[in-house]
Amino acid sequence: MTKETQWPLWEVFLQKKFGVPFEHAGNVHAPDKEMALQNARDVYSRRNEATCIWVVPSEAIASSSPEDAGSFFDPANDKIYRHPNFYKTPGASFE
Amino acid sequence: MMDTNHNKNLFDYCLRIADTSLVLGQRLGEWCGHAPILEEDIALTNISLDLIGQARMLLEYAGQVEGKGRTEDDLAYFRGEREFRNLLLAEQPNGDFGQTIMRQFLLSTYQYYFFTGLTKSSDTTLSALAEKSVKEVAYHVRHSSEWVKRLGSGTPESHQRMMNAVDELWMYTGDLFDADQTDAELTAAGIGVDLSQVKLQWENKVNEIFAEATLPVPQNIYFIKGSREGKHTEHLGHLLAEMQSLARAFPGAGW
Repeated sequence: MTKETQWPLWEVFLQKKFGVPFEHAGNVHAPDKEMALQNARDVYSRRNEATCIWVVPSEAIASSSPEDAGSFFDPANDKIYRHPNFYKTPGASFE
Repeated sequence: MMDTNHNKNLFDYCLRIADTSLVLGQRLGEWCGHAPILEEDIALTNISLDLIGQARMLLEYAGQVEGKGRTEDDLAYFRGEREFRNLLLAEQPNGDFGQTIMRQFLLSTYQYYFFTGLTKSSDTTLSALAEKSVKEVAYHVRHSSEWVKRLGSGTPESHQRMMNAVDELWMYTGDLFDADQTDAELTAAGIGVDLSQVKLQWENKVNEIFAEATLPVPQNIYFIKGSREGKHTEHLGHLLAEMQSLARAFPGAGW
């Protein structure tokens, strides 16, 4: 299983119904974007799970690394004024 | 008397459509666990399940039309080879992946235009079944045609394998459009599909995809026909032996 025998990897995002955010579902191998879409449809949406699918080359995704979690995310935790809780923030993990 | 003949024709017509889906579905099922990549394994068996679903609905309806109380299972598992009416192309062996894809493209394209025509049938059961099936088949065409383009214009080896697939399969494409008296009578009655129209649409699509795939369309080939009289190639008997063995060894077995 050397790298050259594998097609590129694509990350798959599904939109469950119109208007809601896309969610990461997993990934597929495919030679190009049309085949990636079809593979994503067959692997992740064969039972009507999605109304729309995005596929993105995995290598196009920039990710923060877990070691940076402290400097990336901690500073927000102890400043209560950054957490307005009197109105709903879409997608926020706190109430 | 007229009515009996009409029902016999309609029964036969349903079997042709149902058996083609059933046999092709069974063939694709043979890939389960064997396809070149996981994603394609799932894709081929998805298509197989679509086809078996079509066959079930059509066989159930065929049983009603026949009026002898036969169920979809009776028709699928307890008919012999000569009673099957599937197109010869559907029963051809999987061969390599290229041959499976070529068979799929040629048949799915046929089914797409056939079912599109059938949505206008005056038989409301058939038109409803066609309405549902045409959406599934549209995806089968998309999947197989994208593969034909890529394999045909891919590497020298993939191109050669697609050429071999065309050589293996093209002789069975004349059977798709070999309309008989039953086709003529049901088409005149507004129930069946005019196969001469399907043929034109099929040829256009095949020419278009073959051109993109850099595959030549064969000319002046001798066609092997006979599905409408149940005259099959040697491959169908083996397929049925496998498909029917469990139901015949354990009649009425449940899942």
